[in-house]
Amino acid sequence: MKAFMEEVKKNKALFVMAAPAVLLVLVMQYLPMSGLVLAFKNYRYDMGVFGSDWNGLANFSYLFSSGTGWLITRNTILYNLLNLITSQMLAVLIAIFITEMNGKIFKKVSQSVIFLPYFISWVIVGVFVYNIFNYETGLMNGLLTAVGLEAVNMYDKPGAWPVIICIFNSWKWCGYNSVIYIAAITGVDSEIYEAASIDGATIFQRIRAITLPSIKPTIITMLLLQVGRILRGDFEMFYQIVGNNGQLYNATDVIDTYVFRSLMQNSNIGMTAAASFYQSALCFIIIMVVNAVVKRIDADYALF
Amino acid sequence: MANNMQGVKIKMSPSTKLFYVICYVVVTIVALACLLPFIMLISGSFSSEQAIRFQGYGLLPREFSTAAYELIFKTPITVIRAYGVSIFITVAGTALGLLFTTMTAYVIARQDFKYRNQLSFFFYFTTLFNGGMVCTYIFYIQYLHLKDNMLALILPSMFNVFYLLIMRTFVAAIPTALIESAKIDGAGEYKIFFRIILPLLKSGLATIGLFLALGYWNDWYNAMLYMNDEKRYPLQYMLYSLMQKTQAMAAIASQANIQMIDMPSNSLKLAMAVVATGPIVLVYPFVQKYFVKGVTVGSVKG
Repeated sequence: MKAFMEEVKKNKALFVMAAPAVLLVLVMQYLPMSGLVLAFKNYRYDMGVFGSDWNGLANFSYLFSSGTGWLITRNTILYNLLNLITSQMLAVLIAIFITEMNGKIFKKVSQSVIFLPYFISWVIVGVFVYNIFNYETGLMNGLLTAVGLEAVNMYDKPGAWPVIICIFNSWKWCGYNSVIYIAAITGVDSEIYEAASIDGATIFQRIRAITLPSIKPTIITMLLLQVGRILRGDFEMFYQIVGNNGQLYNATDVIDTYVFRSLMQNSNIGMTAAASFYQSALCFIIIMVVNAVVKRIDADYALF
Repeated sequence: MANNMQGVKIKMSPSTKLFYVICYVVVTIVALACLLPFIMLISGSFSSEQAIRFQGYGLLPREFSTAAYELIFKTPITVIRAYGVSIFITVAGTALGLLFTTMTAYVIARQDFKYRNQLSFFFYFTTLFNGGMVCTYIFYIQYLHLKDNMLALILPSMFNVFYLLIMRTFVAAIPTALIESAKIDGAGEYKIFFRIILPLLKSGLATIGLFLALGYWNDWYNAMLYMNDEKRYPLQYMLYSLMQKTQAMAAIASQANIQMIDMPSNSLKLAMAVVATGPIVLVYPFVQKYFVKGVTVGSVKG
């Protein structure tokens, strides 16, 4: 305590400068964590978060015995794995292609255009999805009927939505992620490429022997960062793409959308808080375990 | 780097040629996939409602019409109000967020600050563990009373650990000798920060400022959770609620077999989307480099 007071005296200005952010994070992030007790309570609005009665693990057992817990956990993990793999692969591919291209203008324009979807809100993406897939006026049915095929109601076909969500996710993030990989590739000493080319290496050999190994650390870091979020669904994406189409819930509900819907309908806050608690806690454990394992294998890749 | 190889100009083997063909084709397809939805959006907003209803959306305007825009600007008060809310939260949130982020980044970058590791961890921990949506929502509503409060649109996204780490990288690039010599010359801490450090952080400030501004401009989530009052809807959420309304109307109309020709709901929606996204697309070419810089700096683990 004495050492702390001395530091305060010595660097008073630094404490003052850090204070607004500390206060903000404390109030907006740390204090709400106290609400996690709700997961173990029978929440009543009139009695408040701390006045409501305890009910042990009842909320958790209800969540999982109803089957919902397993379903949303499975969906969240599968969607994250699928989206992670496809979006990173597409980004790596595009990054390699763009760096190998010769036309300066084409390179620049295509890179700018591919980065564009990152800048629009998911609400606009929702507008796109609706314009493409809605039954009456959608672009897809317009094209289908134009070539003499029958119109399809996609909102009746839950099986198609994992693919649709995966495509839009890759579409939105392709530019962003490829910027990272392009930076990693252009960071490679160009003499290495020249030497390889003088030695008669083909373009495929160059990519396999120089480009891919050089971006391997970046790929691993990106994957590790995402693994820690494996139980967090991208709420904005799912909510805007799927919307309130009840028929699709079984195929598209992730923990975050489920929690949000229950919260808005005010149905069983305790169970909702339990789902939320379970998500946060498991995420935390996964990050800790993954980080510990990675540290043991190769400390350079450890997140912290 | 591939360009350097072209100087050598060895004859391209067929497989290399094929590679380049695939390369250009794939990139072109992906680029078109990224561009076409925007073209469709703009075309649709300039199409007549009947054309959309009977022929669907297309790549070019069908029966060119500005009816949707006329409708928006006939009663401009809602759009102007939503623009006002969006501009207000973007400017206020970005300015404060930028100041707080930069000050904190400076503090944790200072080698002589004893608690900088503890302080970094205090912020970093929130990325490892958080209360989740339920606790946060209930806490903000019941204890901070943020329902229908403009602060609910500003405070939650004001501070981001990712931006803090990027900013710290920018600050770390400034030689410490500069701070030392300023101290010797008798400059106080605040003077050092505001007069010496801040002017050197121009590109860092632009980068993080733009990330913050983009986040605020595109935010609809906080509005959905905390705003009941339509007068306080930012642009993106206003567009969302308009979409919900027109979709509900369309569903009712198609069930009841009613034609709703007089209301240009489809093109109106698209015109609103154009109005809400327009500013971003217009400034995009000028600010893209800052985002590239931010993404690149951020991807290098701090």
